[in-house]
Amino acid sequence: MTTPSPSESSEQAAFRAHCKAWLAGNLPPRPRFRLPLGPLEIATVEQLEYLCNWQRAAHAAGLVGCDYPREHGGGGLRDCQWIANHELKAAGAPFFPNIVGLGMAAPTIFHHGTEAQKRRLLPPLFSAEEIWCQGFSEPGAGSDLANVQAYAERDGERWIVNGHKVWTTLAHFATWMILLCRTDRARKYEGMTYFVAPIRDGIGRGVAIRPLVKMTGELGFNEVFFEDYSIADDLRLDEVGRGWSVAMTTLLHERGAGPLVTPSSGGGVGDDGETTLGAAGLVELARRSYRNGRPASDDPRLRDAIVQLLIRQRAFAQNERRAAVPALVDHPLRLPLQHKLTLSELLQDTARLACEIEGMAASLHQTDPNAPAGGRWPHAYMNSYGFTIAAGSNEVQRNILGERVLGLAKSK
Amino acid sequence: MTRPHDFGFDDTAQILKDTARRLLQDHCAPEALHRLAAASSEPARATECVWDEALWRKMIDLGWTAVAVPERYGGFGMGLVAIAGLAEELGRAAVPSPLVATLCATYVAAACDSEAARRLLRRIAAGLSVSLATTDRRGSWAPEDTDVAVDEAGALRGTAWFVQDARKVGALIVKAKSPRGVGLYLVEVDAAGLTIVPDAILDLTRDQAHVELRGVADVQVLAEPGDGARALVAAEPAILTIVAADMVGAAEWQLQTTAEYARTRVQFERPIGFFQAVKHPLVDMMVQIDGARSLVYDAACAFDHEPEAAEVCARMAKAAASDAASYCSGRSVQLHGGIGFTWECFIHLWFKRQKHNEVLYGDGAHQRARLADRLIGRIGETA
Ligand SMILES: Cc1cc2nc3c(=O)[nH]c(=O)nc-3n(C[C@H](O)[C@H](O)[C@H](O)COP(=O)(O)OP(=O)(O)OC[C@H]3O[C@@H](n4cnc5c(N)ncnc54)[C@H](O)[C@@H]3O)c2cc1C
Repeated sequence: MTTPSPSESSEQAAFRAHCKAWLAGNLPPRPRFRLPLGPLEIATVEQLEYLCNWQRAAHAAGLVGCDYPREHGGGGLRDCQWIANHELKAAGAPFFPNIVGLGMAAPTIFHHGTEAQKRRLLPPLFSAEEIWCQGFSEPGAGSDLANVQAYAERDGERWIVNGHKVWTTLAHFATWMILLCRTDRARKYEGMTYFVAPIRDGIGRGVAIRPLVKMTGELGFNEVFFEDYSIADDLRLDEVGRGWSVAMTTLLHERGAGPLVTPSSGGGVGDDGETTLGAAGLVELARRSYRNGRPASDDPRLRDAIVQLLIRQRAFAQNERRAAVPALVDHPLRLPLQHKLTLSELLQDTARLACEIEGMAASLHQTDPNAPAGGRWPHAYMNSYGFTIAAGSNEVQRNILGERVLGLAKSK
Repeated sequence: MTRPHDFGFDDTAQILKDTARRLLQDHCAPEALHRLAAASSEPARATECVWDEALWRKMIDLGWTAVAVPERYGGFGMGLVAIAGLAEELGRAAVPSPLVATLCATYVAAACDSEAARRLLRRIAAGLSVSLATTDRRGSWAPEDTDVAVDEAGALRGTAWFVQDARKVGALIVKAKSPRGVGLYLVEVDAAGLTIVPDAILDLTRDQAHVELRGVADVQVLAEPGDGARALVAAEPAILTIVAADMVGAAEWQLQTTAEYARTRVQFERPIGFFQAVKHPLVDMMVQIDGARSLVYDAACAFDHEPEAAEVCARMAKAAASDAASYCSGRSVQLHGGIGFTWECFIHLWFKRQKHNEVLYGDGAHQRARLADRLIGRIGETA
């Protein structure tokens, strides 16, 4: 077990004790239905309700938004969210569903919004009463996000939006969207403006949402079409033409590198209550799987591969630990910007190896009663590509790390 | 026991690390190191032992042999976390010195429970350098493996192999077997009957030898027969962590030096770092170094605060550091192009030091095999 450093403040120590005590008695009972692997996979209303209820309870107990001011629905503490996350993870708590809200919209609104916007938008975001989605990507604007073409045209105190967003996770459940639009076609980076759009209210009034089916067969992300959709100017974040720099705040936090720590439980809980995607599960899986009539756990090559992943998993956790020790960090963005890259590749390689260990049984779909581990691993393997592509593909992450941390020439 | 979230890396650890960085920048800059260690490219050079003895005296004056010695024996009693920080700087500078060997020997001495071991610790704190003579001809340092035996007269006979920096140190800790088991013995390098035979090695920043013992009677018993293996096992996590820290520091030098080259070398009208076939491997070097570095501090902290977890953490650190060292070494040469393939370019010094450290006390595959036994179970006993 890791313990607080002696340098932990008394506020932090008291908060940690509060988290432990509350979590000891307030984890939700396990649902009868299957929970998704992560917030990006939420597909049904009952899944959503279960997870929203959990987030609401955790927020009421002060474990969500701890480092935000009280008047914005936060806990008014300093440097405490990571402690809550640590305790949530240790307790094996379910994840929070409002991932786009907590991880992207909240810090962006906090850094760029007006006082009125913060008071209106942040409290229901933290309590999961209002779910958020991110309308950045478009058919022609993926890695090259600054190429967004969805156009917002000024109309007095309002804006008229026309365009097409894709891959919009959670849009089908969302009340709000963070929306990046072009407001000046003559300028690429200076020609964008950032809005918060009440898309739920807009359905049938200029907003149409069409679900996209993922390669796993599941729902989760969508296409969103805007046709003469009108939004008020007081839903604009920051100045006209500053959209790109606001979006950078969002992306920095999305990649785990922003100044505000995202509330998270760190873990997904599988339908059987096991935390699913850790490399530790591989050892058990190998003991139960067979290869040439012998346990896969006796195969020297698989043993080596399993241990490699156990090492990478520990290294990932220890990177998080070291990132909080300034004396052992050379460049402030060096570890935070690696977060998404290393985690997504770790999960992908873990799932790939699990399938290899399962051998022939890896052919079985989750619905097959004979699928080992409930068919979780082949499913997780397919799903892992969502994470290596989303939030800036890992190729793009390598560009960013090379350019921002190592100072290499920009590839743009 | 519990582990501090900040690894226990405190102000004194920071000062030690900063001091080391500055001293080695001033006295062991790459140009100076190359002039010293790579003066000759003749094959005969491979058995030479070149080092800056004046710099070593400065290191002793700064108390670096004393840092790991407990305070009650005249040392500073710093945690392994602080020592790891120091070892990182030794690797970054690739400095030829008997310090890594001495630090490793210190942990072995500290794990022995004898008056002779306590005397040895006092001498180390006062500046004695020591190396471990605990590996056999096949390269095994497993606790029971040795080609040295105690004869009927109590003298040591046989050969100890792969002794690190043997010609820089004042004394050796020799592992020898007798009917009652393996014991550990302190032998001065000028003892009668002892011959140090240099190995020809690739690494230009250290020396290595095998040590022939022909009836060496002037010995002090650090660990009685039957007790030596225990001391070696207890010290192994610290040894692995120190070597891993040296590799992580060296790999960081390889990364920064290669990144600097990629920022300045122009081809096709652009700095080569523009090209993703150059940029992405540099990022992968960084990712591997960071994982290994975090595991080094994790392992050091475990050794200091949670000894029962130390072995697993240390093997993970050594495995990750060995693999990072291998990758970074390969990329550092490749991404420099033709100049990187020359004797004149500094990077071969680090390349060779890394190759040596990779196999020292077991490469990545070795550590993972041992970890698999611990974490999965031995082959045939897992299901
Ligand atoms: C599961 C999932 C959820 C998502 N959720 C959202 C969401 O909620 N909101 C939202 O706005 N977006 C979302 N996205 C979109 C995501 O941000 C984009 O898919 C991503 O940025 C890549 O863009 P693209 O799909 O257009 O691929 P492209 O940009 O066309 O890339 C195709 C390939 O080319 C590579 N490539 C492109 N440019 C470069 C370059 N400069 N250097 C090297 N390689 C390059 C990419 O790495 C990739 O391998 C989601 C995506 C996924 C998979």
